[in-house]
Amino acid sequence: MRAYLDYSATTPLAPEALAAMRPYLEGRFGNASSLHAWGREARAGLEGARADLARAVGARDPQGLVFLSGGTEADNLAVKGAARHGTARGRHVVVSAIEHHAVLEAAAVLEAEGFSVTRVPPGGDGRMDPDAVEAALRPDTILAAVMLVNNETGAIQPLAEIAARCRARGVLVHADCVQALGKIPVDVEALGVDLAAFSAHKVYGPKGIGALYARPGTPMTALVHGGFQERSRRAGTEDVAGAVGFARAARLAVDALPQDGPRLAGLRDRLEAGLLAAAPGVRVNAAGAPRAPHIANLAFDGAAAESLLIALDLEGVAASAGAACSSGSLEPSHVLLAMGLAPERCASSLRFSLGRGTTADEIEYTIGVVARALERLRGAVPAGVG
Amino acid sequence: MGERIVVAMSGGVDSAVAAALLCRAGYDVVGVLLRIWPSRRPAAAERFDACCSPRAVEDARAVAAALGIPFYTLNYEAEFDREVIRPFCDDYAVGRTPIPCLACNARLKFGSLLDRARGWGAELVATGHYARVERAPGAGRSLLRRGVDPRKDQSYFLYALTQDQLARARFPVGAHTKAETRRMAAALGLPVAEKPESQEICFVPGDYREVVRERVGAALRPGPIRHLDGRVMGTHTGLADFTVGQRRGLGIGAGRPLYVVGLDAASNTVVVGWDQDLWAAEATVERFNYIPFDEPAGPIRVRAKVRYGQAEAHATLIPRGAGRATLRFDAPQRAIAPGQAAVCYDVGEPDLVIGGGTIAAAAGAASSAQAGRGKEEG
Repeated sequence: MRAYLDYSATTPLAPEALAAMRPYLEGRFGNASSLHAWGREARAGLEGARADLARAVGARDPQGLVFLSGGTEADNLAVKGAARHGTARGRHVVVSAIEHHAVLEAAAVLEAEGFSVTRVPPGGDGRMDPDAVEAALRPDTILAAVMLVNNETGAIQPLAEIAARCRARGVLVHADCVQALGKIPVDVEALGVDLAAFSAHKVYGPKGIGALYARPGTPMTALVHGGFQERSRRAGTEDVAGAVGFARAARLAVDALPQDGPRLAGLRDRLEAGLLAAAPGVRVNAAGAPRAPHIANLAFDGAAAESLLIALDLEGVAASAGAACSSGSLEPSHVLLAMGLAPERCASSLRFSLGRGTTADEIEYTIGVVARALERLRGAVPAGVG
Repeated sequence: MGERIVVAMSGGVDSAVAAALLCRAGYDVVGVLLRIWPSRRPAAAERFDACCSPRAVEDARAVAAALGIPFYTLNYEAEFDREVIRPFCDDYAVGRTPIPCLACNARLKFGSLLDRARGWGAELVATGHYARVERAPGAGRSLLRRGVDPRKDQSYFLYALTQDQLARARFPVGAHTKAETRRMAAALGLPVAEKPESQEICFVPGDYREVVRERVGAALRPGPIRHLDGRVMGTHTGLADFTVGQRRGLGIGAGRPLYVVGLDAASNTVVVGWDQDLWAAEATVERFNYIPFDEPAGPIRVRAKVRYGQAEAHATLIPRGAGRATLRFDAPQRAIAPGQAAVCYDVGEPDLVIGGGTIAAAAGAASSAQAGRGKEEG
């Protein structure tokens, strides 16, 4: 038996999304910026996708959505693009310490350019405190970036509250919504954010496409220069098939949320209960926060995350820990560290993320595999050293 | 699926063929690479180009994919620093000439990696070393033998493995020559068949002195260069810059070749002398690990060498208890260096490793070594 519990890393392409994409990969292959019939056909597909995606994320004006290569580019465009355009106001940016690396590294680049960056830590439950974010704002603050659902713990952030306070101070708000879309209701208007990042492959769409929502009138400097595509906010021939697949997948995920959400939460709860019962020294991270239904993050005392992941993989169970570096080996999670958890607990924590294909059998299998692996890993007696 | 075994892969041809041979033998093979460089400093990582560099990871991953085995890169950054690099630097700082491969083998590959392997349901760890391990008939001990290729034999770097470690170690290429290994790699279509040999210490990109200074520079102080006859002949830059047997870099003209014959940490003195002063017949050895038997009660005859690239010479090994021993050569040896390893082989069965230990001092004369800076991959 095998169990893929790494849906937060990526998801398989929904058959419906593939079917929607197919015509644009074959007959309707035109360049959406071309004047001729082939171009018009592609353009129609692209704008249809934009409208669909706008409905899925609650954007009133579809033209607020910029298609680009994925969540990472969306975060980069939001953070760098807004900050660089806002230097008349100041050179200060606030980010939560639990942001995705795409936000944190973009902020670090700004820092190298002379901006100052304040990184606000979360509480011990993995949730940002609106007061703490507000306290970090300064008269010269251009932008605050706080994600909606943390990708490692699943903790849902009080984003509407944070956005309201930032906007009251004239500060732009960027929300990385990559792990929220299709997992909890997302409505960019209701959240009151200025910018929001989305990714297709986390919602059963294709890899290589994402979108940035920018409230109409939000000032932004482009990162990619060339043609005038996407209203000059992102140059490059539009990926029409990708956009169509993304929109179809997003609509599916959002429409299925009333059924999928409770189902995933039930499986997630069973996984956590099973793991807690299976062995001593198991703890749920961010347990006190309201959480998206698909992520369980647990610490396994006395077992190194890397060794545990390998033991699981050898039994066909896919999970993850921290952020994989280019070589594939692990660094402790910056999210758990920022929550103030002991380094040993961070180094022994795994993320299980559930998805559409997850079954109750897979959950039971996983509980058994983890229990056996823990027993072996904790029982490994050091070999004599000469 | 056969028994599970973990193979430490370096990205080189030897460990690649080791993995391939184990697959062919029916084992359930798991490939790993021990990453020792900092992951978030790619520029610095590129300096480690001998083994386990980012390039090596790609090579090892490609081999694992070709063999259809799982492959993992393990974070050994902190452990390698603690168990290998730091002791290496500390040794140099007090005038010893260390061999980092010994600790890497005994404490990492056949130390903590063996522990981790157990957690994955594997009792065995294999490497691409040119050595052989076998079970002694009857007694149940594990024996360590040279690799069959005399020019590639790496048993010198493995003498410190305990019985428990040897029982769980496998060296699949040790039964083959390097030429055979390359032929097998080519025949199997492994992507590393033509890869050149690495000869450097894996974590030392250029001059070892730079690495040592980076770590323990504060402990290095200038001191006197004193001749055996008592004359002070100059000032040195720090003990770590010298190795017993060294001739260059003293900055002193003496009319005839002058050599480092000793490094005295207590007085921070580099002791120099003539070539004749480098020869000694005796070495005291510490932490001697006996392989085919426990520490014997009395002296035994052996063939021994005091550095890797040397031929063995006849000697008598006199156990002194608690892992201490005196190694008395029949004829004086040149440049016996404290910190290097004295490794002994059987007289009747020249490929059988009796054991080895760390040289504490050369007796009878000032001691020394010259080529033996561990500059050979092990």
